Amino acid sequence: MKRRDLLLASAGLLLIWQVIAMLVNQPILPPPGRVLVTLWEETRHGNLSGHFLASLWRVVASTLLAVLTAAPAGLALGQFKRLNAVFSPIIYILYPIPKVVFVPVVLLFLGIGELSKIVVIYLILFFQILVLVRDQAAGLHPELIRSVRSLGAGRLALFRFVFLPASIPGILTALRQSVGTAVAVLYIAELFATQRGLGYYIYLNGNTLFNYPAMYAGVIAMSILGLGLYFTVDGLERLLCPWQVKNRSTSG
Amino acid sequence: MIELDSITFGYQPALPIFENFSWQVRRAEAWAVIGPSGCGKSTLLSLIAGLLRPQHGRILVEGQPLNRPRPQTGLIIQDYGLLPWATVRENARLGLRVRNFYGPDGVHAPADYQRTLDVEPWLDRLGLLPFAGQYPTELSGGQRQRTAIARTLALNPDILLMDEPFSSLDAPTREGLQRLTLELWQENRLTLILVTHAIEEAALLGQKILLLNQPPNRTAQIIENPLNLQPGYRESDEYRSLCRHLRERLEAG
Repeated sequence: MKRRDLLLASAGLLLIWQVIAMLVNQPILPPPGRVLVTLWEETRHGNLSGHFLASLWRVVASTLLAVLTAAPAGLALGQFKRLNAVFSPIIYILYPIPKVVFVPVVLLFLGIGELSKIVVIYLILFFQILVLVRDQAAGLHPELIRSVRSLGAGRLALFRFVFLPASIPGILTALRQSVGTAVAVLYIAELFATQRGLGYYIYLNGNTLFNYPAMYAGVIAMSILGLGLYFTVDGLERLLCPWQVKNRSTSG
Repeated sequence: MIELDSITFGYQPALPIFENFSWQVRRAEAWAVIGPSGCGKSTLLSLIAGLLRPQHGRILVEGQPLNRPRPQTGLIIQDYGLLPWATVRENARLGLRVRNFYGPDGVHAPADYQRTLDVEPWLDRLGLLPFAGQYPTELSGGQRQRTAIARTLALNPDILLMDEPFSSLDAPTREGLQRLTLELWQENRLTLILVTHAIEEAALLGQKILLLNQPPNRTAQIIENPLNLQPGYRESDEYRSLCRHLRERLEAG
C-alpha cells in the first residue's frame, strides 16, 4: 500500500464524516475538526496518552507471551506427529470458539487486575499462532531436514537455521490476522472493572460524562492503536520475510 | 576410504535391507548405485552419510568408525533441500553458517576449519551469479540443484553422496548436470557415490556400478565401467551393451 493512497483514503473518510456530521447536526456526532482538537487537547493536558499506553501495554504483553509460548508449542506439534495426534482434536474444538466469551470467566478466575485482560487477548493470539506455526512446521519436508543435517547441523543449528526462521512467517501471519480481533476484545475487556485503558476512556466519556468529542477522540486513539500494530506487523514481515512478501506480490 | 564391514541394517529388525553386507570404495572413485525402488539405495547413502547407523557391523571412513555425520561428507538429494526463505547465495552459505555456528570443533566442522562465508567462486563455477539474489521458488529445477551442489561443495567435501539428484529434471538439464558432476568430481578429487534408478545415468557416471536387488542385500554385485570418461561414450557400443547388461541383471532380480 502506498503512503499517498493511505493519506488520500484518510482524507476521504474525514470528508465523509464531516458531511454526515453536518447533515445530522447533533451533539452525538461532532465534526472531525472538533474531535481532532479534542484529541490533541486530551493528549496534551488530559490523560488520553496514559489510557493509550495502558492499552498498548496490554496488547504488547499478551502478544509477547503468546509468541513465546505458542511458537515453540506449534513447532513441537508440527514436528512430532504423535504429539499432534493427541492435541489436534483438542485444538480443533477450542480453536473456533470466540475467545471473547471467556472474558467473564477469566475475570472470575483471575480477578479484575491487569493479568485477566492480558490473558483474554493472549487466548486469542495463542491459538492463532499455534495453528499457523504448527502447519508451517509440518510443511517442512523431512528431506529438507535430512539435507541440513547432512551439512553438519545438530539440534541447535537445526533450530537456529531451520525451525526458527520457518516459524517466523507463521507468527507474523497469525498476528496480521488476529491483531484486529485482539484490539476489539481489548475494548470489551477494558469495559470491566478498570480505570485505565482506551476501552474505559471511551465508555466513560460516551456513557457517563456525555463528552462526545472526547469519546470520539478515544475511538480515534483506539483506531490508531489497531492500525499501528497492523503496520508494525507489516513492517516486520517486510524486514524478516522478504521472500514471503515477494511470493505474495508475484502470485497476485 | 569407505568400508562397510559386514553391516546389517533394517528399519524393522525382522526385514533387514542389508544383511552381513560388505563393500569398499577407494578414494576418488566414482560409483553409481542402481536398483529397483525399495532396494535400499537411499538407505545405503544415509548409512554412509552417518544419518543412520547399522545394527550390526561397522562403517569405516578414512579408517575411522562412523558414528555421526562427518563434516567432510556432502549429501545432495533429489528435491534439493533448499530453504524456501533464503536466496540462492544464502542457501549456498548454509553449510558454512552451520560450521561458523559451531566453530572448528572437529565434530560439526573440521578441526582446521577457517571461518568464511565466501561462496562466490562456487556460484560463479556453477553459473549461479546472475540468480544469487533470487529465492528457490523463482528458479528452475536445474538452477535449484546447482544451488544445492554449490552449498555442498562450498564445504570442501572429500566424499560427495548424491541421492537421485537429477530425476526430477528434464532431459537436457539432466545431461548438462551429469557432465558438470563428472567435471566437478575430477576437478576436486572427490569420492563420488551417486544413487539412481536410471540405467543410462549409472552407465554414464559410474566408473564402477553397485547393483542392489530386492532386500535383503547380502553381497555387493559390482560391474566395472572403466570407459565412461572417454569422449563420445554416450554414443558408443560399449555404453549400449552395458545398459543392456544392466537391464538384464535388474530384470533377473
